[in-house]
Parts: sequence; C-alpha cells; structure tokens
Amino acid sequence: MKSIAAKEYIQAGEFMSEHVLLQMKNIHKSFPGVKALQAVDFELRAGEVHALLGENGAGKSTLIKVLGGIYIAEEGEIFIDGKKVEINNVNDSHENGVAIIHQELVLVPHMTVAENIWLGREPGGKFVNFDKMERDTQELLDAYGLDFKADTLVGKLTIAQQQMVEIIKAISYDSRILVMDEPTSSISDKEVSFLFETMRTLTAKGVGIIYISHKMSELEQICDRVTVMRDGTYVGTEVVAETNKDALIAMMVGRELTNYYTRDFLNEKTETVLKCENIADGKMAKGASFEVHKGEIVGFAGLVGAGRSETMKAVFGLSQGSTGTVYLDGKEIHIKSPVDSMKYGIALVPEDRKLEGLYKVQSVRFNSTIEVLKDFIHGIFVNAGKEEEITQKYIDMMATKTPSQEQQIGNLSGGNQQKVMIGRWLATSPKVLILDEPTRGVDVGAKAEIYSIMNELAKSGMSIIMISSEMPEILNMSDRIYVMCDGRVTGCFSHEEVTQEKIMSLAAR
Amino acid sequence: MARFQKNVIQYFKENLGIIVALLAICIFLAVFPKTSSIFLSSKNIFNVLRQIAPNVFLACGMIMVIILGGIDLSVGMVIALTGCIAAGCVSRYGFPIPVAFLVGILIGMVVGMFNGIWVAKTTIPPFIVTLASMNISKGFAQVYTGGSPVRVVNDEWQFLGAGYVGPVPVPVILMLIVLIITAIILNKTQLGRHIYAVGGNPQAASFSGINTAKVKFLVHTYSGIMAGLAGVVWASRMYSGQPTAGDGAEMDAIAAVVVGGTSMAGGSGKIGGMIIGAIIIGVLNNGLNLMNVNTSWQYCVKGLVILLAVFTDYIRNRKG
Repeated sequence: MKSIAAKEYIQAGEFMSEHVLLQMKNIHKSFPGVKALQAVDFELRAGEVHALLGENGAGKSTLIKVLGGIYIAEEGEIFIDGKKVEINNVNDSHENGVAIIHQELVLVPHMTVAENIWLGREPGGKFVNFDKMERDTQELLDAYGLDFKADTLVGKLTIAQQQMVEIIKAISYDSRILVMDEPTSSISDKEVSFLFETMRTLTAKGVGIIYISHKMSELEQICDRVTVMRDGTYVGTEVVAETNKDALIAMMVGRELTNYYTRDFLNEKTETVLKCENIADGKMAKGASFEVHKGEIVGFAGLVGAGRSETMKAVFGLSQGSTGTVYLDGKEIHIKSPVDSMKYGIALVPEDRKLEGLYKVQSVRFNSTIEVLKDFIHGIFVNAGKEEEITQKYIDMMATKTPSQEQQIGNLSGGNQQKVMIGRWLATSPKVLILDEPTRGVDVGAKAEIYSIMNELAKSGMSIIMISSEMPEILNMSDRIYVMCDGRVTGCFSHEEVTQEKIMSLAAR
Repeated sequence: MARFQKNVIQYFKENLGIIVALLAICIFLAVFPKTSSIFLSSKNIFNVLRQIAPNVFLACGMIMVIILGGIDLSVGMVIALTGCIAAGCVSRYGFPIPVAFLVGILIGMVVGMFNGIWVAKTTIPPFIVTLASMNISKGFAQVYTGGSPVRVVNDEWQFLGAGYVGPVPVPVILMLIVLIITAIILNKTQLGRHIYAVGGNPQAASFSGINTAKVKFLVHTYSGIMAGLAGVVWASRMYSGQPTAGDGAEMDAIAAVVVGGTSMAGGSGKIGGMIIGAIIIGVLNNGLNLMNVNTSWQYCVKGLVILLAVFTDYIRNRKG
C-alpha cells in the first residue's frame, strides 16, 4: 500500500513538452435557451495531464463532447498538431487520436476483456481470429502491469480494472489525446495510485491527458496545468505548482469561498444515542462496534471495500440475515427492515444516488415525499397542499435549485439531486442520519452548502454518521472518526488527535 | 379549481399526439361515405364503448404491471379460462349466475396471484413467468372444455356483457367503475406511489422501506382480477365460454397502454393516456368493420396506426 502523499509520485510536469497537441479556439455551442459554451479556449500539450475544472454545469462535459464529435460547435476551430481539423462525428474524433473514458463505463459485461478492446474492429476479417486478439491483448495488459487475463469476462472485473480496460482500449487505438471524466470517483485509494502511475507511463510516451475531477486534492498529485471554466466561459489556465486550492476555487465559483467547511465542533461529551455492537452481515461486515452521541458528526473512514456501507445497511435493516445488537437511547431495538429504522428515527441516504436513490423519471416532488406518504395520503384522499408544503420545506432548507416541484429530477445537476435525496430523508425527522458519501459527484458550491447544512443539523441535536472516502471531508467535518478495515472497526480518533497518516495506518492493515 | 385547470391543460399537452391521431381517425370515419351515416350515431358510439370494455379491463391491470417494469402475457388466455369455467359453473353445475361470475373473477385472481408469487419471490422475469401461466391457462381451458364452447342459453347470463341499464350498456358502466378504481389506486393511494417507485428504481424503493415483493404481488393479482372480469364479460356477451376467446387480447391491452404514452421501461405512465389508447384501438376496429375491410388487412392497418401514434409522441418528446 502506498501512502497517498504527493511526493511519492513522479514529479508532475516532468514529461510536459512544448509541443501543442490540441488547441481548441473560440468554441461556441448553444442549446435551446442555454449558451453552453461561449468563446472557450483550451490547449493541451504532449506529455501533460491537464485538469479541466469547474462546477457542474460549467460546460466541461459539453466541451469534451465537442472534442469527441458528439456535439458540433457552432463556431470555433480545433487544431491537432497545429493542423486544423474538422470533427463532425465520433469517427472523426477517433481518427484524430482522441479517446474519451466516460464516468459511466461503456463496456459489455458479458464479453471478455479482449473482445471489448477489439469490439467493432476484430482482427481476421470475416472470421474473427480469437487467438491473435487474445495474444495482442495479453501483451498490452502485461506491458501495463495489469493482473487480469485477456479472456476474463469484463463483468467479473472491479470498477478500477474496468477503467484500465478502457484505457488499454484507448491505447490500442493509438490515441494521443485521452480524456478521463472523474476516473477516481468510485475506486479505492490504492487503485487511484495505480491509475496515476499508469497515467504517468502514458504521458512519458507523449500522450496528453485531459483530466476532469471534482477532487481538488488530486490536482497537485497528478496534474501539470489546470483550466478553469465557469458558466460556459473560459476563466483561465494555471500551472498547478504555481497556484493553490483557494485561488482555484475562487476562479470556479467567481467569489471567495471563505468557509468551505463549516463545523462547530462539540465541546462537551453528550449522551449516547445509537450504540451498535458486533454488526455483521455474513459478507462484508464482520462485527463492527461503534456508538454515536447526540449532536455529533461521526466520520467513517476506510478503503473502498472495508465494509462501511454494508455495516450501515445491516444496521438499517437492508441486509438479510445480519446479526449484532443495536441500542437506541440505551434501549435495545430490533430492526428488521428500513420501515422499522424509520420508525425509530434512523435514516440512511445511500451512497449510489442513481442506483439506490433516484426515481429518475419522476418529479422533484415525488422524490421528496416518497418516504412520508402517510403524512398526506389518508386512504384515497391526497392532501395535495400538504404534499407541496413538505416538498417546498425541504427545497428551501437544502437550498435546492429547481425550476419547479414538477421538474423531473433526472434533469437536475448532481448537487441538486443530492440535496433532494438528503431532504427526502430529513422529512422522516430522524434522530440519527446516516450519510453514505454525501458529496460524491457534487460540485464545490453545493458541497460547501451541504457541509453547512450538516453542521446546522448537528447543532440542532441530530446525530450524523458520515461515511466518506474523501479525506479532507472526514478530517474537517467529524467530531470523531472511526476507521474500518476488512469489515471491522480498527480504531477511533477524536477530532483533535486525528491525522491522515493515523487513519491510513489503520485503514490498510 | 386552479389546480384542476392546470391538470386539464397538462393532460392535453401530454397526450397531444394521440388526441390528434384519435380526432383524425374520427373525422375520417365521420366523412368517409361508407361510414359517415353510422359512425357518429349514438348506437354505434355505445357499441364501440361496449366493445372496448374488455380491453380496458385488461389495460387497467396491464398499465400497473408495465409501470412496475414488467409485462403480463397471461391475460388473454385467462379470458378463455375464466369464461369457460364461469359458463361451466352454470351449465354443468347449475350455480346461480352471479356466483358463476364471481368464480370466474376469482379464478383470474388466482392466476394473478400465481404470477405475483413467482415475480415477487424470484428474479425470473415477468415475461417468462406470464408466458408460462399463459400456456397453463390455455391448456386448462382446453382440458376443461374438451376444445368446444360451453354454451349458456339464459337471458340473465347475458346481462353482464350485452345488457343495458337505461340506454347505457352494462360493460360501459363496469368500464367506468374499473377506470375510476384504477385511477384512484395509481394517483391517490400510497400503493400507487409505491408502484411508480418500485418500477422506477427497485433498489431505491427498498431503501425507502417499500415492501417491493408485496407491491409486485398485489399488482399481478390486480391484473389477474381484471383478466377474470374481462373473461366473464366476454363469455356473457358470447352466450358461451370459449376456449379460443381472448386469443391475442393481451397484445391489444399492451398496445393501449403503450400508445397511451407509458414507457415499457417502467416507472412512468398515466391512465389518462391509456384511455385514449384504448379508444383509438376500439374506434379503429369499429371503423374498419364498418368499412368492410377484411380482418387480415385490419391487422396491418392496426399495426401501422399503433406505430404512427407512438411515433408522433416520440417526435414531440425529442424536440421538447
């Protein structure tokens, strides 16, 4: 296990050359009612990792889609190796050496690694030469030190491994411009360090990488330069080593965010609200014990796969055959289902918004009130006024930006979707709120707002459990921090004594 | 009142494509020489409504199953099964007629519960489960009747399918009741919200404390009851339980739901659109009959109109 300290990596900037690989000039693109891009410039040099930074809706993905041939710009020019090119469709983009690795991976799970990599251009003409395909793939996998085989089914790989397959696929196309959209959002720190090493190997060969991420801490680890966008416009380009986080955030939001983390830490010890002993689910959770006090934010740190989410799901009543004892306000309680949990005042905002939370095609209102239907539906009588009132209350409380309550939630930005999710669970008036990765895929502005709301809730006496893989979030928001490894709690720190090193030493045993 | 007005405007906006399609068909039939004299007569209008009633029953169950992200292929053959058994109850065992109808509906419910248990307790896709129960129902209907219709010659028997209350055919009244009940379940109850939630995102629904198995079971049971009702109404109108009745009826129900704007992906769909969908299919059948188009061509026309109706909505949604 590598420490995640920056100096362990090859020095950023080492491979960046003067050769301009890609230049996008004065790009304009609009959609009905929105100017998505206005006079945006972007430059990528050979051998550099160039971060593209901006809040959700800033135009990053639109710019990438113009480069990828998914959208066609109304105005503007694209130069590759100094030569003007026309990118009118996805094939043009491929032929010019551009490869995009999307946040949602687009591999076929039932096909092997080799089949996925050569999909649509299988060697051997009419009859596919499977031997050659697998041999070539294996060579590539070996060259990049990957520990899975060419004939493995992609569905059996971890997310991080699937990402590597995407990267290998891009390499096999001889792509020289690689776009990575939030590649670290769902992989563990160890996998991140491997990903970064691979990226460095690529830049050493002269590949230029455009890197989209919300995680500021990754910038100084891996990126050479950074371009900031805001509201569809170009704000500026900086050399990472010569700027700092606060300056970049100010560029992104157009104002100084003085209090990124808002937290008034607890001064005195309060009574125990929730106490859990030996929580196990027979799989990932293997007997975790912990307690949460009134008005406290308790962080749960650990690597991906440490069993944090699974432990909370077991407490919440979502795992079949889970064991362990749960005490609420000193009394033992038995939770068999989420309904029981809600009855006792325990709420869980799940980790994977899309998979476990959103009713994508339904309205903000439907999504806000699904937990509390009994408050306004009695038999066949719907109190529509009450329903709107509840929805509005949590839209206001969370400062959710939505054109109306009828808006389909799928059309909101990630940050606003997350706010609706949190509001949905707050509507159940919980005593204990479990937040699993509360700011994943959320832009900095919304993040700061969510932190401030968490602080308010804790001050009002709510107890909050926060599972997070973002170290700064854990360090700056938690009164106490539990570290988990392999399904068990391996340690607990108070806010005063905790450091990143202490957490990592317990997280990776 | 403002909310009501908003809902009406919303309704026309959402269903503009199919409303225009329906009006176009109606105008054509009202001016076409062969049909213009009959089509808009009150007798014919009631006739159309009576004919679409069984399809509306099925569609009321089907829309719930489709919102849930599934499908119920068994309903057509349940019509045959329940009709035959209800008719048999009268002609073979001499049951009172209302009891026979009730038995028919109960048989439908049992098939629905059978589907529901499999869908709720296993991950076998509803398509497969109901394909199986479709065949089982078909088989039972054949075994029970030996392949020939079970006749019931009795005026009271006819009441449900061919009777009138004042000028209004009984099936039309039943259809209105069923539509109101279904609309209330979908729009006004917690169960309704739960159906949309489970169909939209089953995993999120279980996080929300929704008993997804129970919702699936209830919805399939409801679809079975609707099929049983359609079965007895059909048998009543035909004077007999026929082992071949309802062949392909599930497809008309699916068509009504889909033309009505419900997505096969689940999680969304409105009963208001489904009603128009059912009427389009009914008017089309009626119009083609009045025009003496032979049945083989009727299928082709129906297929094209279904595609066209859905296509107009597709175009509109893509622009919006």
